[in-house]
This record gives sequence, structure tokens and C-alpha cells, in this order.
Amino acid sequence: MVIMGYKLPNMSSLLIWGLLWEIIGQTGLTFFVPPLSEVFVTLFKIIGTPAFVKALTETAQAFLAGVFFAIAIGIPVGIFMGRSRLLDELLLPWVNIFVSAPLTALVPVLMVLFGFGMKSIIITTTLFGIWIIILNTRAGVRQINRSLIEMSRSFGASQFDAFTKVYFWAALPEILGGVRIGVIRAVKGVIIGQLLISIVGFGALFELYASNFLMSHFWAVLIVLFALAFSISEFLGYLERRVSYYAANRS
Amino acid sequence: MVMSQTESAFANAHPTEQDIAVSIRGVSKNYGAVEALKDMSLDFPRGQLTSLLGPSGCGKTTLLKIIAGLLKHDSGEIIVNGKNVTGPGPNRAFVFQDFALLPWATVMRNVAFGLELRGVPRSEREDKAEKYIKGVGLAGFENAYPHELSGGMRQRVGLARALSVDANVLLLDEPFSAVDEQTRRKFQEDLLSLVANEKKTFIFVTHSIEEAVYCSDQIALLLPRPSRVHEMIRPQIDRSKGVDNIPREPEYLDIVDQIWASLRAYVE
Amino acid sequence: MQNRALYLKVLSALLVFGAWEIAGRIPVSYAFPTFLESMAALARMTFDGSIFVAYAETLKPLVVGVAISTFLGIGFGLWIGLSARFDWLFSPIFIVMQAAPLAALIPLLVMAYGIGLTSKVFVVCIMSMPVIVLSTSSAVRNTPASMKEMAKSFLAKDYEILLKIIIPAASPMIFSGLRLGVSAGFIGAILSELKITPTGVGDIISYSRSIADYPSMYAAIFSIIVLAVLFLNLLEKTENYLFKGNDRGYVTD
Repeated sequence: MVIMGYKLPNMSSLLIWGLLWEIIGQTGLTFFVPPLSEVFVTLFKIIGTPAFVKALTETAQAFLAGVFFAIAIGIPVGIFMGRSRLLDELLLPWVNIFVSAPLTALVPVLMVLFGFGMKSIIITTTLFGIWIIILNTRAGVRQINRSLIEMSRSFGASQFDAFTKVYFWAALPEILGGVRIGVIRAVKGVIIGQLLISIVGFGALFELYASNFLMSHFWAVLIVLFALAFSISEFLGYLERRVSYYAANRS
Repeated sequence: MVMSQTESAFANAHPTEQDIAVSIRGVSKNYGAVEALKDMSLDFPRGQLTSLLGPSGCGKTTLLKIIAGLLKHDSGEIIVNGKNVTGPGPNRAFVFQDFALLPWATVMRNVAFGLELRGVPRSEREDKAEKYIKGVGLAGFENAYPHELSGGMRQRVGLARALSVDANVLLLDEPFSAVDEQTRRKFQEDLLSLVANEKKTFIFVTHSIEEAVYCSDQIALLLPRPSRVHEMIRPQIDRSKGVDNIPREPEYLDIVDQIWASLRAYVE
Repeated sequence: MQNRALYLKVLSALLVFGAWEIAGRIPVSYAFPTFLESMAALARMTFDGSIFVAYAETLKPLVVGVAISTFLGIGFGLWIGLSARFDWLFSPIFIVMQAAPLAALIPLLVMAYGIGLTSKVFVVCIMSMPVIVLSTSSAVRNTPASMKEMAKSFLAKDYEILLKIIIPAASPMIFSGLRLGVSAGFIGAILSELKITPTGVGDIISYSRSIADYPSMYAAIFSIIVLAVLFLNLLEKTENYLFKGNDRGYVTD
């Protein structure tokens, strides 16, 4: 939006919403919404506490491990599906099912199979993120220009070289798009996993704050979480735009 | 002294006793610091086809959209049929480079869309649209959707839509640039007979020199940076020998060469 | 050759279910029933009708929540897409909501609205609304400029441009936004049944887990995934049917 010839930055309206939050909080309209300033004070108080640091590291570990598996498995599977018709026809129905299925329903199964710990949360995270990465990688590989493939073959590239030197790079814009959406889903997955298992990470912290009605603590943690999730998604969006130049001018 | 035909074409660039349908007077248009049009004046004689020809970036589409009322100009006047206009009006109809058809509507509804927006009752507008669908050679395709048609057929739909509102000025923005070469030739022939048969004024934007010389009664050669009218050319090609013979006329070839000589400095 | 795709689909299903059966027979875990046991449990629940009772309960917050999200989401989306001012004001909220793990709000919703239907509807709404708003607004913004110009050149009024150009042009993308919203709504509905109070299918899952009736638990999970996938496929088919050819037609091939 432009006001008096000055273009306001994109996200600047969040300040207005923050102000509104503060006002609602100050009027004491509802117990559930403490003033934003109070939330920030609490935030700085708890940010160094062992409980918070523990929750954050546990979540980060589960998240990073889950995303690692989603990417490390998802990209090669996607490339193979894009290159092999048989594999594609065998796997695609399942990938399509899981990309839109309500995966929350699987968390109880993971809990009974892998216990109430990190393992289940990591698998939940991977499950949330992996399918869209596979689908996008597959789509990226399938749109690779035929002559690029024929070029690499004519210069005698081995299968392995073709995968690492041609297919991966030619499909990079789509792969990064998939990774971005996959990672955003993985963030949701790690939180859903923790909420349902609720004895690790932020899940435990939420239980603690909710049962003691520590509203500003609760909001402080939410703000940290949302801000982290948003930064991750913006960062990946930035990376994607950096490579999108060659999505536009390759043909 | 005897003038060659070509010289007389350039000498006659200012029609004297002609009825002017559209006249632009000192029109300027800026995009921020960029001058798209600067103090441009042009006359478009009634019942004739005038081409706006020039390299890309010379402001020809901008000028056409200003005449259509789709863009606002910063200064100057657009006079259509003697009246100053500032926005779109019923006396002008536009044919779009990318056709601008509604993909969810049939050929019939697309052709009748201009009339639909004017509040013409359904049966009446469909009768009228039917006539123009036949006129552009699409009879039998009334219930087809745009994606089922070829590029050339889509532009015929766009043309029928513009004709059906019965505007006396037709504005065509590179209408044939998105259709293949053979279709394009056919279109140009059809356009000539349209100019001859319909008593309408055509303003035609193109970047093809041959197309402009082939179709036009008058060519406004525009040059960029800053945009200006470089020359007005009135090709006096004898069209009586049939459209097939036009590209063989010496007059045609001379004017094509001459325009290219003016333009080549602006083509990188 | 036309049957190849079908054969391979069947083969693929046989492979996966066969692997499930074998893994259940080994067994890989005491909590991993075979495929046939699970299907038997599903058949039993279908015949005694308990699964239908459960779904009636589960679908309630889902339907209400998705309906609210559709209505509000499309409204907000149109508004944001049409007005630069509302875009500036509201877009950031939905962009953050889209990226953020909103499930974390559940404990708060439970405190504020209790453990009843309201909270569950809320969960479905916050999960499904952002994607509907964002797809609607970007669909509106991406209306081809030449179609709007065309309408303007034929003297369309603003409301006619909205009704005859922008909304029809945006509807394919709005519809796919809705499909994503429904998909997210399913996640929310099940999450709320597992987290807030066990009702419906969530109840079958939780209860059979607590009494170690694993075939029933797997059967319930299997059925909800099948239901969601079938419904979303149906939406996709509808979408393809309604909007076939819509993305083409105004640009050159």
C-alpha cells in the first residue's frame, strides 16, 4: 500500500495488529489475551530458562532430523519416479494418497509402534513433509527438456552422472519449491506430533502452561514458534526466487 | 517534373478534404520518468485503415489503448466523431492481441459479450452475434469453447465480438501476431474486404512492415525514445488487380524498402 | 496398453497390502496386526453400524468448520484480492497463519471454549481458512489483465467486471483452494478428536488402543484415510469437470 507517495513495507500492517492486541490486552477484555507488552516481557524472561531451551532443542532436533529424512529420501525417490515409468506407476497412487491424507490419524499408530518419544515425532515430521517433495521433484524431472537428456547421453554420461549433474540441477527450481512446502508441512507435523505425544518439547511446555493458566507464557511460546516458522518459510521462498531465474529462461 | 509514385505517396501524407473520424491532438503520456508519448498529433480518416507501425517500445500499443480509453493520457485531446473522449465508449471496439476471450464461455456468448454488457436482450444479441459468427466464417462453432479452437479461429471470435457492437471505429492491437503465417495471410485479405465493405474506420497496430503496407490506406511510422510520428505514408497501391497482386506491385516493394531504411537504425 | 495403468495400480495395491500382511504375520511388533485382521475389524464395525455412528460424530465439526471457512475465506479472499488497502492490512495475518503450526493454538482454544463442538469447529476453521483466503486472493489478483481491459472497452461496469470476469476467471483456483482447505480441515477434525476429547473416529482409535484391540484401531485409521482421499478425489474430479479448458483459451498455444 502507498501512503502519501511512500510505499509501506509488505508486512508492516502486523504492527497495527500488534497495537490492537496491546489495546485489547490493556482493557482486560478477556483473560486469554494478555497485553502484547506483557507477553514480550515474559518472552525475554523465559527465553533462557532450561525448560524453554530444552523444548526448543528437542523440537529443533526432531524437526531437523525429520526434514533431513524427508529430503534425503524424497528427492531421490522423486527423481527415480520421474525417470522410470514403471516405478512411477507403482508409487504415484500412494504418493497422491498420502500427500492429501489426514496424516494426523497415523500418529497413534506411530505411538504404539515406536513409543512415546523422539522417534515417533521424527517419523511424523518426515511423513508430513516427504510426499510433496517427491511429487514436486517428479514433476521437475518430468519437465526436463528432452534435448538436455539426449545431450548428456550423447556425451557419454553414466547414469550416476546424469542424475547428479543433469537431472537434479535441471529440476532444481521445482525441487526447491517442493522442499519449501514440505518444510512448512514438517513444521506443522513436528508440532502436531508433540501435541499428541505431549511429553516432549513444546508439547510438554504447552501442557504445563495451559494447566497452570500461564497465558502470557503460552503466547510467548506461540510467538516464538510462529516467528520461527514464518522465518523458515520466508527464507526458503527467498532461496526459491534465487534459482527461479533459470526456471524462466531455460527451455 | 514528374514525381515517382513513391514520392507522391509521401507528398500526399496530409489529406485535405477528408472526413476525420478520430483525431489526436498533442497527446502525451508518461510512466513515471519515462516518456511513452510526447505531444503526438495524428488524424485518422473515416472509412480507412490506418496502421501504427514501429519498432517495439515506440508507444504504438499505448497510443491505441489511449484512443480506446483504456489508458489515461496526461495531456492533449482525443477527438472521436467530433467529440472529446476520456474513457471507453460505444463508438470504439477493441480487438486484442491475445484475443481476451472468456475461456468459460462458448463462441456464441463470447461474440455476444459486448452486447450483453450493453444490456441487449438475449435473443436479440444472439441473432446479431449469429450473423457475425457466420460473417467471420465460424458458422457451426457457436457452441464450441475457445480452447477447442485454433489460434486463428479464436481471433475470428475476437473480431466478430468487436464487429457485433457496431462501433464505427475498430481498434486492432497486433491482432495477427499470435496466429501462424498462413492464417495471417488469409486474415489480411479478409481485413481488406472488411475495410472495403463495412463503413468503419480501422486503426491497426502492427510491427510487420509488409502487413502495414499491404493493408493500409495510411501508415503512421512511429519511432521511439522519445516516441514521435516520424512519417505519414499513404501507399497508393492499385488494389483493383486483386489482393494476390499487391505484393508484386513496384509501389508496394518501394514503400517496404523505404520504411525499412527508416526503421533499421532502431533495431538492435 | 490402456489397461497397463490399471494393472499396475492393482499390482501396486497388492504389493503394499501384501507387505502389510506379511509384516503383520512375522509380526514386526505386537501392535502391528495383519492386513486381513484389520479388514475383518473394519467389516465388523461396518456391519454393526458403529463406524457410521462414529462418522456422524466426526463429520459434524468438519462440515460446520469447512462451511464457515469457505464462506468467510472466499469473502476475505475476494476483498483482499480487490483492494490494495485490505491486502496490506489482512494478507500478512493469513500468510503467517499459513506458515505457522496453528495446531499449537489448540490448548488455548480448549481453555477458551471448552471441550465441546465449538473448539473442534474452531480447530477445523483455523486449519482450513488460510489456504482458502490466500488462493482466492491470488486468483483474483491473477485475473488476466486483457480480459478486464476487454470488458472495460465494451463498457462493463465495475460490478459486471467482478461478476462476469473476475469471479469466473478465479473460480478454478478458488476451487482448488477449497480442496486444499478441506484436506487441512480433515487434519484438524482428526487432530481435535485425538487431542481435545475422543469422539467419533478419534474415540474408536483411542479406545481400541487403550484396550490393545489393534485391528480395530488400524481399521478406523484406514477408513478415515480412505474416506478423506475418496472425498478429495471426488472434489478433484468435479474440479476437472467444471473447469476443463479454463486455463487455456486466452493465450496462444
